[in-house]
Amino acid sequence: MTITSQTGETHSPAPARKPAKQKGGGFLRYLITRFLLIIPTVFILITVVFFLMRVTGDPITAAMGGRLTPDQLAIRIHEAGYDRPVLIQYIEYLGQVFTGNLGRTMSDNRAVTEVLVTYGAATLELAVNAVLVALLVGIPLGLVAAKFRDRYPDAVLRILAILSYATPVFFAGLLLKLIFGVWLDWLPISGRADWQTELALTGLQNPSGIYWLDALRSGNLNAFGDVAAHAVLPALALGLLTGGVFLRLVRTNAIGTLGREYVEAGRSRGVSEFRLVTKHAYRPALIPIITVMGLQIAMLLGGAVLTETTFEWAGLGFKLAEYLTARDFVAVQGIVVVLAIIVAVTNFIVDVLAALIDPRVRY
Amino acid sequence: MSIPSIASARKSWFARLPVVSHLRMSSGLQRGMLIAGLALSALFIFSALFAPLIAPFDFAQSSDMSGDFPRQAAPDDKFIWGTTVTGYDVFSRTMYGARTAIWVIIAAVLMSLFVGVLLGLISGYLGGWFDRIMVVLADAIYAFPSLLLAIVMSIVISQGQSSLWGGIMAAAISITVVFIPQYFRVVRAEVMRLKAEPFVESAQVIGASPWRVMTTHLLRNSTRTLPLIFTLNATEALLTLAGLGFLGFGIEPTAASEWGFDLNRAMSDATSGIWWTGLFPGLAIVLTVMGLTLVGESMNDLNDPRLRRFSRKKAQRITQAGAAR
Repeated sequence: MTITSQTGETHSPAPARKPAKQKGGGFLRYLITRFLLIIPTVFILITVVFFLMRVTGDPITAAMGGRLTPDQLAIRIHEAGYDRPVLIQYIEYLGQVFTGNLGRTMSDNRAVTEVLVTYGAATLELAVNAVLVALLVGIPLGLVAAKFRDRYPDAVLRILAILSYATPVFFAGLLLKLIFGVWLDWLPISGRADWQTELALTGLQNPSGIYWLDALRSGNLNAFGDVAAHAVLPALALGLLTGGVFLRLVRTNAIGTLGREYVEAGRSRGVSEFRLVTKHAYRPALIPIITVMGLQIAMLLGGAVLTETTFEWAGLGFKLAEYLTARDFVAVQGIVVVLAIIVAVTNFIVDVLAALIDPRVRY
Repeated sequence: MSIPSIASARKSWFARLPVVSHLRMSSGLQRGMLIAGLALSALFIFSALFAPLIAPFDFAQSSDMSGDFPRQAAPDDKFIWGTTVTGYDVFSRTMYGARTAIWVIIAAVLMSLFVGVLLGLISGYLGGWFDRIMVVLADAIYAFPSLLLAIVMSIVISQGQSSLWGGIMAAAISITVVFIPQYFRVVRAEVMRLKAEPFVESAQVIGASPWRVMTTHLLRNSTRTLPLIFTLNATEALLTLAGLGFLGFGIEPTAASEWGFDLNRAMSDATSGIWWTGLFPGLAIVLTVMGLTLVGESMNDLNDPRLRRFSRKKAQRITQAGAAR
């Protein structure tokens, strides 16, 4: 962990300068060091994204080029300050980001932060649903695969796991739409709710934006049913992708724990095979899953962008795709930066959780 | 442990080739998976190489001597996989799509391999401030959702729209940036470990330049695990390309055929029950990724003695050989 000492010098000298290798470092110290590590990560990401986006030119030309005369363009660019040196713009941008101002979108002139708040809830809802599906699918099947290692159930499940990795979410979404939406006509194929429901839910007093929560709070069961029906297919498409990863992870870890002495001891005491798998081998195999779930969040967010576009699920990813087509790079930059911060913070939380569970992690 | 190495020294060069040796080593289910993977990969490469011969039409052809092609026509004798909303032949586009995919995979893997290995070597061997900066950068990029990074990169490279080569290079470079940290990490970790080995020290003592130590002593010893990352990254490259294409950031449909873009177009078809425009490009992605993944996974398992499974006959032969020695 060479990073630790680096950050300590630039950002906060006091807690992090102590070599992290010191034995017996308390949980608090780990917490602080790990927290400080977020800063360079986020800082680098903001910097990289800013300069990359600015290399290609200013956002105004990108969005309006062709629609305005060069003179008009020049005036707009000057007004927005995009003709100043890049470094000054960069410092200004950093200042804005830290005060929570991400600029205004070019295409529909809204504050980027407002867009984030409005559509973030939908993405959160989708992500939570997908993780639930992934856990419900991945853990039991992983245990089955571990129990029947190298026999047919295992072979079938391994191939299914590879299949779930190999299928892009949008193709899975397309198939689900075709089968359950068009041919069987069981489930709605796009959007988060019917327009009547949507109207009823957004009319609530301070809505959370998470539809099933709002529906439950208002006691509107019809709305809840509608929202749930809309949520099934997107959650399946995104959840099965992640579920395959969980399956393999649980399988590997459960194979490890099933071979331990205490499992053998349990078996000799007459504990049933079912109980051995579901209790003795299962619990320790869960610890790595927490860590990997943190890594998966990056994949989940990337997958969410595609899933939302597939199902016209009005979340951040859906808006991101819209802004991309509109060449609205201020909005794109804002959304990307915020998603990066979410990933960094999630990784932090996951690391702290892992350290709480397993004290050996606190180096 | 000495048995396999002696045995492999006696084998011909052909039997020692990576895939061939793995095939000989495998048995049962593992062999089945490896063969299935090889078959799918071969199919992919075959359609990429011979797309113009297999495909009855060009990928952007919507009319021939007898007039315009029908739009969204169901599969029939002439258009075996149907036609798209713009009247392109789905079968031809799917075949040509393999071409685009293979170019992007080759370019992306080669570039990230080259840059990642080089940076990993230098960073691991020299250490110091360069190493620290590289590690922080690589960690930051690694934690970033790869699709978002690819989107940002493709904005940078092509402003989102592009010709055939522009599009292929934009996709490849976007993917490269995502993969460099992976190669970098693996190689750097290996180099850090090898740096302390006596043979490196002795090379330094007899006056070998840092460059020579890096290229001859460290490079060869630190790249053993790369073929496995290679197959994994090939699949990721393909999926990222498809994702970019699906978001409309790929290659113009008239410049080249790309599976992700075709799936994007197929989305609205699906709502009216038209399945053929989406099913075939989608299956092409799934089968190709599966093929490459199966090859990579099997090779990974076969390289790890703990995961390798022998048939009973073979296990017996090995134990007998061990006993006789």
